[in-house]
This record gives sequence, C-alpha cells and structure tokens, in this order.
Amino acid sequence: MNDLLLTFPKGGVHPPERKDLTEHSAVEPLPIPEEVEILLNQHFGAPCNPLVKKKDQVAEGDAVGEVDKGLGATIHASVTGSVKGVGLSAHPIAVKAPSILIQTDPSAEPREWQPSDWKGLSREELLRRIKNAGIVGIGGAGFPTHVKLSPPPDAKVDTLILNGAECEPYLTTDHRLMLEHAEKIVEGAKIILTVLGIKDCRIGIEANKLDAIEAMKTACGKASPNGFNVTVVPLKVKYPQGSEKQLIQSITGRRVPGFGLPFDVGVIVQNVGTTKAIHDAVVLQKPLYEKVVTVSGRGIARPANLMVRIGTRISDIASYLGGTLPGLAKVVLGGPMMGFAVSTLDIPVTKTTSGILFLTEDEIDARPYGQCIRCGWCLDACPMGLLPNEIGVYVEAGHAGDTSQFGVFECFECGCCAYACPAKRPLVQFIRLAKMKAKK
Amino acid sequence: MLTVSVSPHIKSGESVEKIMWTVVVCLLPPLILSVFIFGVQTLIISAVSVASCVAAEAVSQKLLHRPITIKDGSAVITGLLMAYVIPPGVPCWIPILGAVMAIYVAKHLLGGIGFNIFNPALIGRAFLMATFPVAMTSAWLPPIRDAAVFKYMGSGIDAVSTATPLYVLKHYGIGALMEKFGSMSAIYSDFLVGWRPGCIGETSALLLLLGGLFLIYKRYITWHIPVSVIVSVAFFTWVFGGEKFFTGNPLLAILSGGVFLGAFFMATDYVTSPSQAPAKLIFGAGIGALTVLIRLKGGYPEGVCYAILLMNPLVPALEGWFRPKRFAPQKGA
Repeated sequence: MNDLLLTFPKGGVHPPERKDLTEHSAVEPLPIPEEVEILLNQHFGAPCNPLVKKKDQVAEGDAVGEVDKGLGATIHASVTGSVKGVGLSAHPIAVKAPSILIQTDPSAEPREWQPSDWKGLSREELLRRIKNAGIVGIGGAGFPTHVKLSPPPDAKVDTLILNGAECEPYLTTDHRLMLEHAEKIVEGAKIILTVLGIKDCRIGIEANKLDAIEAMKTACGKASPNGFNVTVVPLKVKYPQGSEKQLIQSITGRRVPGFGLPFDVGVIVQNVGTTKAIHDAVVLQKPLYEKVVTVSGRGIARPANLMVRIGTRISDIASYLGGTLPGLAKVVLGGPMMGFAVSTLDIPVTKTTSGILFLTEDEIDARPYGQCIRCGWCLDACPMGLLPNEIGVYVEAGHAGDTSQFGVFECFECGCCAYACPAKRPLVQFIRLAKMKAKK
Repeated sequence: MLTVSVSPHIKSGESVEKIMWTVVVCLLPPLILSVFIFGVQTLIISAVSVASCVAAEAVSQKLLHRPITIKDGSAVITGLLMAYVIPPGVPCWIPILGAVMAIYVAKHLLGGIGFNIFNPALIGRAFLMATFPVAMTSAWLPPIRDAAVFKYMGSGIDAVSTATPLYVLKHYGIGALMEKFGSMSAIYSDFLVGWRPGCIGETSALLLLLGGLFLIYKRYITWHIPVSVIVSVAFFTWVFGGEKFFTGNPLLAILSGGVFLGAFFMATDYVTSPSQAPAKLIFGAGIGALTVLIRLKGGYPEGVCYAILLMNPLVPALEGWFRPKRFAPQKGA
C-alpha cells in the first residue's frame, strides 16, 4: 500500500522508525520545575531584548522579551514567579545565549485562558494575536509565523499545506497532537486560511500514523465547511517526507525553485503543532509558552510525550522520567537525522525543541569513517540531486571553498547521504564546512 | 561523557566491510566448483592470490603511512578475482607478482580505495599476461570429468596443452567444438554449469549468475551493468559473429569466456564503474562491444578483461556527463 501513496520522486531513505517507544503514550504534563531558563533567541532572526529585570514578578504568559526591529517573535514567561536574573545560558545551537532565569512561585494558581469566537475578526487582528503570542514554526525552523503568513502581495498563494508527516524517527509529538487535538488543528487551519484569504488546505500525514490520519479525517468531516476545503493526504513513509520542499512536491507536484520560497509556487506550509499553537493564540489568546516534546531513546528510563514549559532544563525532564540509563552515549535535541547533539543536560527547552533523545551506543553508529568507495549510494539518497561524495572528497583535499559548483547551498542537511554512506563518512559535516568556506 | 557530533546521529546498518565480505561469499561457490572441475590447484592458486593481495595491501599501506584496512575485505576480493581470471595450470607463485602490481601499483599508488582508475584485479591479470604470456595463454586444464575428450581435442593443435572453447571457436570453428562436446545442447548445458576449460573462476555461468542475483537482491549492485554487458555481447556477436551478418550465436558467446564473471563481479566494482543508471548502461554496452571486437578481430580469443580496462578510464567522464538531476539549481550556480 505504501508504494501507491503520494511521495517525492528523488532520493530519500528509510531509517528505522523507533516511534513505538512513545507513539501510544498520551501527552502528560510535566510538573512545573522550580526554575526555568528562558532563552532570548528561540527563533529565526534577532534575539529578543529582555523586558524584565532582576526581582521583577512575572505571571505565566507575560511577555518577557521582544524584538524591536527586524525578524523575531515575542517571548513569554512560562511560569509565575520572580526573575532571578538576566544572563547567559547554554543554548542548543549557539553554545551560549542571553536568557532570563525565573524562580517559580509554587503557590501560584495556573492561569486560565478562556475561549472566544474568532469568526468575524479582521485579518489584521488575527495576525496581531499570532504575533503577540510569539508563534514561530515549532517544527524546528523557528521562523516567525506572523511573517510567514504575510506573503508579499504579488505572491499568488492558493494552497495551505499542514505538515503532519513527522518523518524523523523517534518523534511522536505531531502524532499525539493530531490524535488528541484534531479538531483544534483543523480550526487552526481555518484561521490560517482566513488570514491568507484562500480555501484549500491539505494535511499531509505519513502512512505510519493511520490512527492520526483517521482522527484528522473525522475532524475535517465534522468541522462546518464554511466554504473551506480541508482534506487529509496520506503520504508514503519515506524520510525526509516532512521537508518543506519535498512535502510540497509530494502533495502538489510543484517544485520550489532554488533560493525560492513556498509562496513562489503558491503554497504556504505550516507544521500541525504550529497550527495548534495558532489556534490557542487566536481562540484562547494564549501565548506559546509550553509545548509537547517527545522524550525518547533507549537511554532514558521512561520514554514519554510531555507537555513542557519552555525554559525547562533537560536535566529536570530526565529526572522526572526516572533518569538516564547506563550506556547513554548521546543526547540529541530534535530528531536523530537533523537534531543537535548537546554536551550537557543543563540546556533549556525552546519553542523549537520537538524531541529530546537519549541515545545509547547501540542506537548511534560511532564507527570511524573511511575513504569514499564511490558506491554512489549518497547520490541515490540525496533528495536534492546533489553530489555529497564529490563535495566530501573536495573538502578532505582542502578545497572546501571550491564546491559552489556542486550547489552546496541547495543542501538542507537532511542527512540522507551520511545515513546511507557505507563508509560512515560525515558528509553533512563536510558540506557544512564547504558552506562556511564558500561564503567567505 | 556525551558524544557530540554533526547530524545525522543514526546510520544505516550497511558498511564497506559488510558489502565486501558479502561479495566474497558470493564468489565462493564458483571456486568450490572449480576444485571439482580442475582439481585442488585452483584452491591453492586462489589462496596464494588472496594471501598475497592482503599482504600487499598491508605492506602498501604501511609504506604509504595510511591506516591498514585489510579487514574490510576489499583486498580479498581483488585476490579472488585475480585468481579467477588465471588459467588453472599456472605455477602457483604467479599470483604473487600479480598482487604487487594490482594492489601496490594499481590501487595504492593511485590513492587507495576510491581513487584507483582501473580495476586492480584486471590490472594484475593484464600484467601477468604481458610478463608470462605462455603460461597465461596455454596453461589450461581439461575438466577432470572429460579429461580424455579434452586431451584428444588438444592433440591436433598442441600435443601438450588443451584449449579454451573460445580458442577452438576462433581457430577451428563451431564444428570442432561440437565434435568434442557431442551436441549443441551438451555445449550449452556444460557451459552453463561450468564443465569446460577456462580460467579458474569464470566457467560456471550459473553460479556466477546466482551470486550476482544475490548482490542485486541485497541492492549492493544494480542490474544495469550486468544486463547491458551481457545483452551487448549477445547483440554484437549475433550481428558480427557469424559467416554473414546476423548469424552469430549469442547464447554461446555469453556463456563462453569471462562474460558472467566480468559482468556481475568486475564491471560492477564501485570505484571503477559509474554510479548513474544511464552511465551504467553505456559503460556496460561499451564493455560488451569491445569484448566482441577483441574476440572477433583481436589477437586474443577472449576480450572481457581488456574491454573492462578500456572502459574504466571513461568512468570520470561518464560521471560528469550523467549527474543526478538537481532538485532546484540556483541561478548562476
């Protein structure tokens, strides 16, 4: 059946899914930690300026950081308490980054967010609510959503695609959200359609989540049509099905040009998790300060899907789940194909943390790499039609700067090449180096 | 201590070692059969060839200050393949010289695995052909089962040696071959199974085909090169191989000589073959055409080895002409 489903034509790999560790675990709320570290750059764009100072009292949902100009998104307090300090924290990617440390007030009542009818609100008001809630693409990129939903006037957008592919192994956050909040996601889709002034929405879901496909189909059927056309599209299980360009090609057959953006081919893509956050931002006027995170891998005592306050340290999450297990070799934020390995557990969760993987020796492959044997498997694996083998050989020979002929900037680092390479060559690392040298 | 490295953090279970040792296993049945066809010396020659290739690899890497990778099985394959294209009656020290040429000169002096232009095993064989032309072209042994028949067959040509079917075909025609085997169907069935004079590992088309199909099933090789080599040999033999055009015998052509060994195990060597499907088809077709050209017009009765060696240096060009289609090439890049 898998072979009959829609998919992208070129490249891709089939890594072991390992979603069974958490796919049947309902999302459970993590108890509010004693303190949270809220990073000020959690999005694509400039870091926020802090709006609070030491000893200030803040309530759950208050804005604590804002961008005055340029691309960015507001950041909110995820707990009620007092500001312990504004300083530096470990950051999953940037190593160190400015942050706000908040001491939780254990006696504080949880804040309630009352729903209100959004129909009839203007496009500007909807966008304002999305912006105020600090919504970014929580699937991983962190691109500010209010910017993404304001395409240039000459762009002729006709289709909204919701990304429920969740093609990364281990991760089950979008899966659980679609099962548990299908109607809110469909409602969120209608909000986005209203903002964009279009009618058509396709929800792409990989066929390894049949229950989610059913749940979303039911939700689409139940939702009052209002002239909207929201449908579910089952997709072939193949990594990187959830990559924006591949997903657009799978569903619409359109190909986003080099250096182009989805709206160049009339499409806007939103992750289903972001769509749920848009629903909460508009209907509840609730800012984005908590999110579902898959905590998985054979190196954690109890894998789970947790609703986590942003700023919660990974170490607090690990101890809640019974601690790490012997044999733990690597901790990865995000999925195993594109996530970031971290060296410490004192790193806080951000808006874009979709998974925390505690991987043991037998899950990773730390064998040393050898010379390229020219098998060409990376060429078959690359969804962008690039030549990872050539780039790797150039980089190793000290010619990283001469690789622009190979289109290194078209590479989005999905990792298919390095996954497939039988010589275990770190091809993504070579390509990153090539990009750095080619920029200079 | 947590490991920190660039993504991806999981890798496929495949490895160079796994590929190479699987190829070695696929190559073993023809060797075992060769012991029954020609006698235990095929095993000795192959063992010497493998041991000297592995030793040559270790010494080359030591001399060139490179990591020693003899466990990856690649030198074992070179050793086996070189033995498979040597006549079974040669002195058993001959592969030692071939190994030095194949591994040290053709492989490591050009940069080691991944950088050699020519198939090392075939360079080893070509070197032996040039240095020991008599042994390499006459040390044929008759299959034990039919020793009497083949010795008789040889007597009209050379009192001591026997001859390969391709030699008989080239110089005496199909009638002479039929006389020795009895009938065309006996020729086909004996050639398919491997009961004929020839190099150590090339005679059993059937076992080579089964090994090759297993490699295709494992996705270690694709069908393109083997199919295009075999189809091309059949086609060009059919067109040019007979008294008149379009009267050649394609089936006999593909079952003779080293077509199956070359098509499945030598022309598919990753390093010295192209990676994209259209380039593979052209590469294989070129090997088939050159094989037939050498067989029909060249000085040697068999041409697979030189056909592959002649196509090897075209691989970088083929790779350049047939690149994967880029998803979204940037303007100006």
